Amino acid sequence: MARVVVDVTLKPEILDPQGRAVQGALGRLGLAGVTSVRQGKQFVIELEGDLDADRRASLDELAATLLSNPVIENFTLTVEDAG
Amino acid sequence: MTARIGVVTFPGSLDDGDARRAVRVAGGESVALWHGDADLKGVDAVVLPGGFSYGDYLRCGAIARFAPVMSVIVEAAREGMPVLGICNGFQILCESHLLPGALTRNDSLHFVCRDQRLRIESPSTAWTSQYVHGQEIVIPLKNGEGGYVADERTLDELEGDGRVVARYLDINPNGSRRNIAGICNEAGNVVGLMPHPEHAVEDLTGPSTDGLGFFASVLSLLVAVGSL
Repeated sequence: MARVVVDVTLKPEILDPQGRAVQGALGRLGLAGVTSVRQGKQFVIELEGDLDADRRASLDELAATLLSNPVIENFTLTVEDAG
Repeated sequence: MTARIGVVTFPGSLDDGDARRAVRVAGGESVALWHGDADLKGVDAVVLPGGFSYGDYLRCGAIARFAPVMSVIVEAAREGMPVLGICNGFQILCESHLLPGALTRNDSLHFVCRDQRLRIESPSTAWTSQYVHGQEIVIPLKNGEGGYVADERTLDELEGDGRVVARYLDINPNGSRRNIAGICNEAGNVVGLMPHPEHAVEDLTGPSTDGLGFFASVLSLLVAVGSL
């Protein structure tokens, strides 16, 4: 089995009102000195068998089209050895 | 004889019924299109209506973009067929890369629902020819993720090429860059608009009948080009 983790974050120049709201909440709950919060998404994808080159290429493609929008988001794709 | 205008229903579309009605009020024939059918049923133009297609899961419009009907709409739009995306439809057009930029969560974090004053900035699109440049209209706006964003170069191009179709007046309800409420593609046949003209076509139910012009514009164009 293979496990692939895709993290999607808003590009730095895109306003993140959700992150800003969380930042405010952290301050109200007593955490001092929070200068920024950015909210993102994580996809944990489990696949049967080994991750061959074809499926790896498909995942790269889908991470850049379906899972993220390159206009406003960046992504990182990590393959975990699930054994 | 009149033009046939298709209105797509996705799982979670809300305003498809109003959009079909607006087409009929403007004098067109409305044709219901289904997200799962890669079939445009011979329509002359398409409206992608508002709502929450696929629950807005992942990103607004992100899953709808891959619906079978969208593959044929993208192809037809590139060949010049008029397409109007309203609200969620605008989001789908951006996700489909028929229009540049993206719609992001309102800067206020609040869902906004109000009668919104707009200025028509470009009457030279397939959907706005019945308006005059600078005309002010009032139509409903209702969105949670309506903040239009694009990089500065794209925004400058849109402005320079006259592709900003409508701009918010009085307030910027969602944090859209440069108060942009609607844009079009280079050819002017594809228009995305965050406010809802289909909710302002009859005195009984709308704040005005200012929205009718979008549907009347495309009908007059289709008659003029003799596609019937």
